[in-house]
Amino acid sequence: MHMLPYTQEVIRLYKEGIFFDARNLELKYQMPVKRIEKFFEGLEKGKIFATRCNNCGELYFPPQMDCPVCRNNDMSWEEVSGNAKLETYTIIETTPTSFQKYGSYVIAIGLLESGVRVLSWLRIDDFTKIKIGMNIVLKTEKNDDGGYTYIFEAP
Amino acid sequence: MGNRVAIVGIGHSKFGKRNDVSLNELAWEAIKAALDDSGLSQKDISFMSVGNFGYWSEEILPAVTVAEYAGIKCGSLRTEAACSSGSAALKIAYDHITSGSGKIAMAMGLEKMYNSPNSTIIELIGRAGNYFWEFENFGLTFPGYYALYATRYLHDFGYSEEDLCEAPVKAHHYGSKNKYAQFQKEITVEECMKSKYVARPLKIYDSSPITDGAAAVILASEDIARKINDTPVYIKGLGNATGSSYLGKRDDFTGLEAGRRAAEIAYKSAGISDPKNSFDLLEVHDCFSIAEVMAYEDLGIASKGKGLNMLKEHQTYHDGKFPVNPDGGLKAKGHPIGATGISQAVEITKQLRNEADPGRQVSINRGMALQHNIGGTGHYAYVTIYSRGD
Repeated sequence: MHMLPYTQEVIRLYKEGIFFDARNLELKYQMPVKRIEKFFEGLEKGKIFATRCNNCGELYFPPQMDCPVCRNNDMSWEEVSGNAKLETYTIIETTPTSFQKYGSYVIAIGLLESGVRVLSWLRIDDFTKIKIGMNIVLKTEKNDDGGYTYIFEAP
Repeated sequence: MGNRVAIVGIGHSKFGKRNDVSLNELAWEAIKAALDDSGLSQKDISFMSVGNFGYWSEEILPAVTVAEYAGIKCGSLRTEAACSSGSAALKIAYDHITSGSGKIAMAMGLEKMYNSPNSTIIELIGRAGNYFWEFENFGLTFPGYYALYATRYLHDFGYSEEDLCEAPVKAHHYGSKNKYAQFQKEITVEECMKSKYVARPLKIYDSSPITDGAAAVILASEDIARKINDTPVYIKGLGNATGSSYLGKRDDFTGLEAGRRAAEIAYKSAGISDPKNSFDLLEVHDCFSIAEVMAYEDLGIASKGKGLNMLKEHQTYHDGKFPVNPDGGLKAKGHPIGATGISQAVEITKQLRNEADPGRQVSINRGMALQHNIGGTGHYAYVTIYSRGD
């Protein structure tokens, strides 16, 4: 039990009229991806997969294994071409704490040839060369942490 | 008309960094003011909804702690619709009355963001979209969401970042005249242009701040409204819509599709066919400068690509053709997430009663006003239309 101030930091805040929480809550979620594991296997092989409903033909990215239109789960995995056109972008300058090690980064939305749009980072040396409508290519890559991801590149 | 619902009491706390009060004490400032304004007592209220996003503040049952502190014992709940949680609370209270469940309800909004450090807030609010496919892997921040729209809007319609800075200049002008506003000083386009980028092309001055705040309204059914307050403000129509969580599912980055749909539904429910000639004022969701501009267009006040021009021509100042956010908006008044929707309703009621401060009271001719409250980046959209009914 801590009812009264007990450390330097807590005492400092207490003098400003603030009670500094003594309890820590760490939030790290465990997100089931079992039904879409083929997507992650694809990344390792350099492929980007979407899912297509075998009944109505709707293409889904991010991939999902249920078609809400047909209310069924009769879906196929389909590799999509990475060729895309840049629809819009931003350069994130104030980054979340958990992304600070990357510095500024470009987030882009590209319209793929298959008709789906993907949001991802865009790798480009000179930010001033980014133009709406330019051709970009979505590629898979192994990141610094050893995991696989996908990223747009300007050819 | 039957079962119309009116606002018969309003309350608003000072917005800003409110480390002088707790979550419950802040809520009480607004609730007490709304009770005083209506002349009602706690036991007259038969339902209370509390718009609150939470996470950055310690209570996870805020409706309960607030009700207890305020001496309210009727049924309650907390509503979450991101930055439109307040409008969601308003809708629940409205439905309580139109359904015949009760005659008097309170809708309040409350946020205590400064109970966590800024880094935690940026981390949390960046998740307000599609967590796994946007934040977890790519670190899309909340300003980043709107920046994706700003980039495309400026590109397609040939505007500059200086043009966008007209939005915060207007907001701060009215903030300086609103004693409840977080920012009380005017700014210039030059100061805006010199401010630091958060997500290009958006800068600090294009962005609404982190804010603590609370606001409350008391709603009553038509048959008793005028006995409680001699200037009831009626809710004439509501519309709401939900947009895609993943931005890649959208095909337009110059406007918010859910905002347009919510407006269309609200116009239909209020019988409005000509939005350009219907309202004395609009309260729109200007969490970022680009959001205000897109709101003009999504609501049909400006045609596509002309919204920013309307702002540059000062048509949306309080004495212009389309007064927008004469309270300073989210940008200068502050944006306590769950309280914003109720704060907009409070401002509209004040304006329609002709009780706003000098220098920001709009001219009330038609007796009608519109509230546009967006959650996330068009993830949730709530449009509410108010009428003095006289």
